Amino acid sequence: MAPQIIIRELSKRFGNLVALNNVNANIQGGLLTGLVGPDGAGKTTLMRILAGLMAPTSGSLEVAGHDAVREAAAIHRVTGYMPQRFGLYQDLSVQENLHLYASLRGLSKQEAEAVFPSLLNFTGLEPFTKRLAGRLSGGMKQKLGLACALLARPKVLLLDEPSVGVDPVSRRELWKMVQEMAGEGMAVVWATAYLDEAERCDEVLLLKDGELAYTGAPGDLTAHLRGRSYLVSGLAGNRREFLTQALDLEAVRDGVIQGGSVRLVLSAEAELAAIEPLAQAAQGAIAPTPPRFEDAFIDLLGGNPSGRSAIAEQMAPLAPSDRVMVECRELTKRFGTFTATDRISFAVRQGEVFGLLGPNGAGKSTTFRMLCGLLKPTAGRAEVAGVALRGSGSQAKLLLGYMAQKFSLYGSVSVRQNLELFSGVYGLQGRLRRRRMAEMIEVFHLQAFLDESPEQLPLGYKQRLALACALMHRPRVLFLDEPTSGVDPITRREFWTHITGLVGKGVTVLVTTHFMDEAEYCDRVALVNRAQLIALDSPDALKARMARPDRPEPSMEDAFVELVLAQGEKGREASGLEAAA
Amino acid sequence: MSNRRARMLSALVKKEALQVLRDPSSLLIAFVLPPMLLWLFANAISLDVDDVRFGVVLEGSGQAAWDLAAAYAATPYFRVTSVRDRRELDPLIGTGKLKGYVVIPANFDRMLTVPDGVPQIQVITDATEPNTAKFVSGYAQGVLNTWLAARSASAGRVSLQQRFWYNPELDSRQVLIPGGIAIIMTMIGTLLTALVVSREWERGTMEAMMSTPASMAELLGSKLAPYFLLGMLANLGCAFMAVALYGVPFRGSLAALLAVSAVFLLPALGSGLLISTLVKSQFSAAQIALFAGFMPALILSGYLFEIEVMPAWLQAITHLVPARHYVPSLQSIFLAGDLWPQILRDMAALLALGLVFFGLTLRRARKSLD
Repeated sequence: MAPQIIIRELSKRFGNLVALNNVNANIQGGLLTGLVGPDGAGKTTLMRILAGLMAPTSGSLEVAGHDAVREAAAIHRVTGYMPQRFGLYQDLSVQENLHLYASLRGLSKQEAEAVFPSLLNFTGLEPFTKRLAGRLSGGMKQKLGLACALLARPKVLLLDEPSVGVDPVSRRELWKMVQEMAGEGMAVVWATAYLDEAERCDEVLLLKDGELAYTGAPGDLTAHLRGRSYLVSGLAGNRREFLTQALDLEAVRDGVIQGGSVRLVLSAEAELAAIEPLAQAAQGAIAPTPPRFEDAFIDLLGGNPSGRSAIAEQMAPLAPSDRVMVECRELTKRFGTFTATDRISFAVRQGEVFGLLGPNGAGKSTTFRMLCGLLKPTAGRAEVAGVALRGSGSQAKLLLGYMAQKFSLYGSVSVRQNLELFSGVYGLQGRLRRRRMAEMIEVFHLQAFLDESPEQLPLGYKQRLALACALMHRPRVLFLDEPTSGVDPITRREFWTHITGLVGKGVTVLVTTHFMDEAEYCDRVALVNRAQLIALDSPDALKARMARPDRPEPSMEDAFVELVLAQGEKGREASGLEAAA
Repeated sequence: MSNRRARMLSALVKKEALQVLRDPSSLLIAFVLPPMLLWLFANAISLDVDDVRFGVVLEGSGQAAWDLAAAYAATPYFRVTSVRDRRELDPLIGTGKLKGYVVIPANFDRMLTVPDGVPQIQVITDATEPNTAKFVSGYAQGVLNTWLAARSASAGRVSLQQRFWYNPELDSRQVLIPGGIAIIMTMIGTLLTALVVSREWERGTMEAMMSTPASMAELLGSKLAPYFLLGMLANLGCAFMAVALYGVPFRGSLAALLAVSAVFLLPALGSGLLISTLVKSQFSAAQIALFAGFMPALILSGYLFEIEVMPAWLQAITHLVPARHYVPSLQSIFLAGDLWPQILRDMAALLALGLVFFGLTLRRARKSLD
């Protein structure tokens, strides 16, 4: 069968910036092709060119037999494209969005009426046809976006990071649907920052700095890594400390924390002996583990950046103690009749990394905002360092740093002014203020971007800036609300290096995330679903709880999905609601 | 094919209409902003002169000259400084302490007694504020006329009546409100379209729309119908408010008002669309709409500042400001009646400007993210 998409020597330049350089690839119908790569590698640019929204600077592109440059209009007819933010009208209902797209795609009324039931059924949106798109949860928006893209039975389906900010349950459902479409002969291109998704694709295109670094089956790339991945478990000391030391070794290419263990990937030429002394010193047992696509990805992109956080090393350690730094008791928040947080209780001790996990709309952000004193609880108490922040003086608020979802930076002023603003807000003055700012600029490599607007920064840099703004006043407790949403694995490793370093100095960290590998970094994880706390334990204990004879070692994602589903299908609708506020 | 196009366009228009009804921001711009602005125009801006510092130079010493000087001193509009020598007043004009003065010449009494003699007075005004100067000289002349009329009436001669046509009470509010409607319509027309398109950019829906077979002309054109309707409703609301609340007369016809307003909305909405093709954030769009729409309409439409006294190059520029072709028609429809020759001339100019804005928009708006 002829490929549905033929890309030949395709390049795209914006001024002096080379976004794509000499890309050659064939994309087959009936297959799910993953488009992966770090931020700024050119994924979205390639997607937009495939969708006929941008013209290549040079080279040729054929989509379903149509030349992209001469027949852009024809491409719009045969492709279904779901942009990053789904392209839905918030003020229109599910049904109205579908009708609109059906008309735009040229479906007659009869044709439209004929496909709606199957699409609604397929996406599980049937009960919600009257609901406004703006009131749907992230996962449901994503399904509606997909339904809109599928209306005219496109030959090519283009999905640009459809799973950013979407919980694992919804991601799995979407994945199943898309696979079904590919099964019917459609060519599906799925751009993603989730490498576990990439691993399940039939083919991947791996972009790096605008060039195609790998194309083929993900398994073939992973196979190169065989014999280089190891799990070090049973560590006596601090596993975070062990990871930092391991990453210092020449022989270690990549390393992440996996619950109570540390997962290491060795360099191609390294011997196991290179890590044995370190593991022995920490009384850890080394066992080989099958390689993952992520290992290959990181290896191809140059390995894990340094395991040492420059920012943490500049910081004086806090006196270690067993003190409870964050506590909530029977914390409840209702918006009208909707309960966003329902009697949630937990306590976090100093130096702990505490993860808050849950599907979209489960109440994570609401709980977070109450803890930070940004929202008033309807009932119950939330305390940080023994003080209820709501209504307390600004002195208490200096104890904490908050990094909000989507990085609440000021887009219309420069990076430098953002740093000035946040240092000022946190009461830094004079020389100290200048020194801390200089420190952040150096550590996070912001020098080149100082006069730019944060909006123009690559996502990874935006995130660094947001972290810098939250850290300048040296908070003792750090609240991170989906800090790595949509960020590539390299930048995420760098981010966690800083977190690990800060925790080493005694800082307490609370984090929400949709990345299950990040949940593994946590000492304890609280799983929230439909406003209630359904599980609270260490990652290893949670995984062990979900072990079955046929699946002795479930992944964190397996555990998450099963725990959420175990809470029952009842009130599925409630979880479909976006948390108010 | 054409059937499919029609369905496409009607679906887009329907979508836009639903959004208008569900998102309060458009309704706020169309129905809350106009009354607020109209209230401001009616109350905060006034071109009326009262209590203006004014000088009287009494060179003559006859009874009539004294009498006239007393008449000036008695008018509520002027706070009068009386002198015998005009040289005393010149420095006061120079420093802005006086807005003008009148000279009652030495031969004033004698001229009155001459049959068919016209008594001459001289009015000097500070023209650095042209509006005030014009009103001052007008009032000064008016005081003389009234005085003359009263004098001839008592002498049993023909009485002379002064009439200010179209605005007998010389109330500037009556002129300001119809003109103000033009400014308001500029503001909302430009804002409505500029904001909705940039909102689509911000929310990422524009990108999704562009990936469908709908053309750019259809995507942008579909914005016009709902906002045109909204603009016309706002227009009627303003007119009603002007007449019912502020007592502005309405001497023309509703047909003329609707006709010229409908044509005016073309360049107003068109400039909004043009702005939205230039910037992609609502914040910038609103700022540009303010500076490129509102300010020129206020300054260059002849509404506040007279176009005749502007330098020629600036006068030429005023022709590009839609409100300049709307203010005179509105003023005549409210205060004088349907002056069709003028209204038609204005409508032609507005139509031409509208075509220019739409042409530029379509040239700029390519279906591409490059």
